[in-house]
Amino acid sequence: MATLLHPLALIGRNTLALLAAIGRVALFLFSTLSHMARPPFYLKELWQAILNVGYFSLPVVGLTAIFTGGALALQIYSGGSRFNAEAVVPQIVAIGMVRELGPVLVGLMIAARVTSSVAAEIATMKVTEQIDALVTLSTHPMKYLTVPRVLAALITVPALVAVGDVIGVMGGFLVATERLGFNAATYLQNTWNFLETLDIVSSLVKGAAFGFIAALMGCYYGMNSGRGAQGVGQATKSSVVAAAVLILAANFLLTQAFFSV
Amino acid sequence: MIELQNVHKSFGPKDVLRGVDLSVGKGRSMVIIGGSGTGKSVTIKCILGLVAPDQGSITVDGAPVAAVKSAKAREAFLARFGMLFQGGALFDSLPVWQNVAFRLLRGQLKRPKAEARDIAIEKLRRVGLGAETADLFPAELSGGMQKRVGLARAIAAEPEIIFFDEPTTGLDPIMAGVINELIREIVVEMGATAVTITHDMTSVRAIADDVAMLHAGKIRWTGPVAEMDAASDPYLTQFITGSAIGPIETLR
Repeated sequence: MATLLHPLALIGRNTLALLAAIGRVALFLFSTLSHMARPPFYLKELWQAILNVGYFSLPVVGLTAIFTGGALALQIYSGGSRFNAEAVVPQIVAIGMVRELGPVLVGLMIAARVTSSVAAEIATMKVTEQIDALVTLSTHPMKYLTVPRVLAALITVPALVAVGDVIGVMGGFLVATERLGFNAATYLQNTWNFLETLDIVSSLVKGAAFGFIAALMGCYYGMNSGRGAQGVGQATKSSVVAAAVLILAANFLLTQAFFSV
Repeated sequence: MIELQNVHKSFGPKDVLRGVDLSVGKGRSMVIIGGSGTGKSVTIKCILGLVAPDQGSITVDGAPVAAVKSAKAREAFLARFGMLFQGGALFDSLPVWQNVAFRLLRGQLKRPKAEARDIAIEKLRRVGLGAETADLFPAELSGGMQKRVGLARAIAAEPEIIFFDEPTTGLDPIMAGVINELIREIVVEMGATAVTITHDMTSVRAIADDVAMLHAGKIRWTGPVAEMDAASDPYLTQFITGSAIGPIETLR
């Protein structure tokens, strides 16, 4: 009987563990938001985080976007040619980049670059008692470490997404005009005319949401890291996995909210 | 004056503190000894409020620690303490002087940057480090120097109570001696109350006024350091002599 019930017990245990984890993340989220609203504010740390999350992510965002935009143009051209619809390249590249690929790829790149480094940094601080040291020096770790990073991501990731969108569209533009024989002026005109305000708004809102998720996960797993080098490694890995999955899930929900018919 | 009464703390199934009673007089230097994993660090963390005890009361100058709740009161409470962490716990993103002056650069004790830097350099000098170390980063320092910087940070805001968590662990005997001497001098000249946790008996003899031995989550013995050697407690005797034979199980 016991062996028969074993799978059930396993499902139950995992469900409970999952619910507990969701609860802990929710509490962490509320704590972050409440500290965000109350002084003291550490502006120097915020500025540092803005540079780190935003400015230093520009190269990777630019490279990701330009290659994706280029590949997208090639795909749409070859796919579209099957039913004589090659001419829609500018429109589809624009909508694909701005609505979906721009925010999602930037979000995933931020998860790879920022979530991992935030988790590893904070986890190491925890393991080496630097978090305890902060507390004894009358500085709240949530205010000093979490709030600046989350706020920086919330501010800069939409900007990065905007940059990624533009570079992605330019990637498509370069491939289309250099390789596929599109007229440059017509391409830009088509792109510009086709995009609507909602496309751009949704792109930026997604960017803000993904940045928030990425930074929050890095801080959460860092603060809750286990001991030693293994604890830091585990925290880093879990933070990136959680951030990536949550970003993709949030992308679906936001797309649904913005564009469901 | 720090008073602990019947303090209990467990982490999951593990009972770390099982009724600790301890009192540290104002201006005294108390050293808590005991093997690894006996709850010495947890005791200190309970006093600072980093860890909430499951049971029992802790008071500092008669005021219960558990009653310090608002952010402001907590900041004022913690401003009375300084702590030297076992591994130094220096912030590696900040240069040495900003580590030392951390408390003076933000919060209630904030002062102008130049003044904070001057104080940091003065405290660094107090622990035997020259002004040229001020702009280095912690990763560029040796273990002994990191301990000194940690010590300078602990005393930077002139605290009334200072905790030292294994101040000599990982240092060579001469550097350990230097750190012991520094701790003794600083505690005496500041008139601060000090609580040190260590298992280094040389350290105990160098810095203690009073000694308390923690074993199995309880204080086994406490008294002035001068009476320690004559005490009849077999646990204490085994610990002092470092003998493998005695009531303390060596297989931990």
